[in-house]
Amino acid sequence: MSGTGPQGSIRRRLILQLLAAAALLSALLYFSIRTVADAAVETTQDGILGAAATAVAEQLRGTDEGVEIDIPYSAFSMLGATGEDRVFYRILVGGETVTGYPDLPLPPRATRPLAPVFYTEPFRDTEVRIAALERSLRVANRPVAVQVLVAQTRQGQETIVAAMANRAAALGLGFFGVAALLSLFTARSVLRPVGRLAEAVARRGPRDLRPLAHPTPAELAPFVTALNAFIARLRGALARTETFIAEAAHHIRTPLATVRTQAEIALRQTEDEATRATLRAVIRAVEASARSATQLLDHATVVYRSDQRAEERLDLAQLTRDVTRGLGPTAELKDLALEVALPGAPLEVVGDRLLIESALRNLIDNAIKYSPADSAIEIGLAEDGAAAALRVADRGRGLSGMAAADLTRRFRRGANVADVVGSGLGLTIVEEVAAAHGGRFEIGGREGGGTEARLTLPLA
Amino acid sequence: MRFLLVEDNADLARAAQARLALDGHAVDWAATLAEAEDHLAAAPYDLILLDIMLPDGDGRDFLAAHRRARRDTPVIVMTARAAVSDRVALLDTGADDYITKPFDFAELEARVRAVLRRRGGAAETLRHYADLTFDPLTATITVSGEARELRNRELRLFEILLSGPDRIFSKSQLCDRLFSYAEAVTDNAIEVYVGRLRKKLAGSAARIETVRGVGYRLTAE
Repeated sequence: MSGTGPQGSIRRRLILQLLAAAALLSALLYFSIRTVADAAVETTQDGILGAAATAVAEQLRGTDEGVEIDIPYSAFSMLGATGEDRVFYRILVGGETVTGYPDLPLPPRATRPLAPVFYTEPFRDTEVRIAALERSLRVANRPVAVQVLVAQTRQGQETIVAAMANRAAALGLGFFGVAALLSLFTARSVLRPVGRLAEAVARRGPRDLRPLAHPTPAELAPFVTALNAFIARLRGALARTETFIAEAAHHIRTPLATVRTQAEIALRQTEDEATRATLRAVIRAVEASARSATQLLDHATVVYRSDQRAEERLDLAQLTRDVTRGLGPTAELKDLALEVALPGAPLEVVGDRLLIESALRNLIDNAIKYSPADSAIEIGLAEDGAAAALRVADRGRGLSGMAAADLTRRFRRGANVADVVGSGLGLTIVEEVAAAHGGRFEIGGREGGGTEARLTLPLA
Repeated sequence: MRFLLVEDNADLARAAQARLALDGHAVDWAATLAEAEDHLAAAPYDLILLDIMLPDGDGRDFLAAHRRARRDTPVIVMTARAAVSDRVALLDTGADDYITKPFDFAELEARVRAVLRRRGGAAETLRHYADLTFDPLTATITVSGEARELRNRELRLFEILLSGPDRIFSKSQLCDRLFSYAEAVTDNAIEVYVGRLRKKLAGSAARIETVRGVGYRLTAE
């Protein structure tokens, strides 16, 4: 059955997407911090390099012999402040290197007077940051262009940048951690109503047809509405079935009562044996139809109510007493003794009163129907462990070897009861009521002849 | 006994009236609740037989009003709606008992008797024949001061015979009235009950006579 199982988890998707977003934002944060830090460090270094280059350039003097160079070493001391870095310089007069490192790279673009140009170039075994400055000097009354290059290795800068990068990374990780926690929390709080709804649906049994009255967020409302509409339709269908059978029974019963009454009157008034036999057959047929109508309706009620039980605490002893009393006159007609043994104290079970009443009635009515005149029916109720056990034993014709499982099947009757009117639904009803309440129903032969039925229902 | 039958189906009402008359009961028929009220205001009844679905209202409402007005005429509801829920609700509304249509009149009689007995007896029901006194409500025969209890079938057999003293009832007639039509019995089954009833009548002037090949009759010496 593919397609009906759970397809992924909203919670996992939500967490994964929130985590991905957090990771992306953390990386962005890291790179932003690095870029800003790099730029800041470079600007600082450039400022010092520029100042140094300017200081060197200012000390140059043009004379008639040439250019007088006086390197102000104090200018370099500013540069030395940043750790292990080495400092290089190169001075060119009219394009000719006059002092310093002749291989220090020249600027990639033209230098301008007194405004340093900065650039980064590989130099020897490392990389240097260079500030280049141009100045025009008069030598023998002719203007000569002088270039000053001051360079510094980038170790100090790199150390600072690395330290800042570490901090940025730590910050990014921290940010990611907090975001991850928040996303877990969000996923949980967002999904909590879903979880509660699922729990509410799962907790109700498959036979509970009450509408779902669980408070749900707006997004889940259509789902709950659809579910409730479905439940209502199912209930409606069940209720219509019950109403239909009740109506049908009603419309059949009144004319049947008329037929039966007329037949009884005719039977009283005629002496002709053949007519009497016919009338008796009519009455038997009426009784069979009426009984079937009752049992069908009872059965429909049991099916309907099993699906939406009205549960309450019931005293099984009182219920047995009431049902037995109601059937008293029926038993009396056959001079049957109903020997009732009930416990003195209430024996409480949780269940649907109508269903349990229906089961008791069917059990006792069955015993009355199949008992020979002048016999006794024992009706006993007792506590049996965690259950209440109702025992109905008669001295009737027994089960003639039929299995209990067969007798509780719909419309199945014993092999030895063709002469007694019945519908074959009585024991089915008892069995279904027992099942709906988590109880058990057993029926079997009785020592000395007859039948013994046992209905067990769990105690409240 | 005097019954008020509240039933809107005319066929059934007339049949029931005729059938109850066969057992010696007087039955007034009301087709609506309004008619039932008129009858109740005019005469006392031993019992009301009440249908549920009536053209001018629900029998259960009538029943509730009847109880509220503290009228204590017993009520047996005849219901066609045999749903378990209806049956339970009926007793809660104050019906003394109910019977599901179509019903066996012997069962109705048994229920009426049970209701009247529970209520401590309504009208004077004692009947006299020869030197014995018969109380159908408590099912006792009193012979020269000695009360003897009858079982249900003995009681019904005695009632039948007493309804026509000196009249001969055939075995098959008696069987039809004593046994349920759902039971298969032979005519000879009646002999057992005749035998038992004779024992209960011992010492009295009344006795059951066998009319060979025809049946039985109740006579007095």
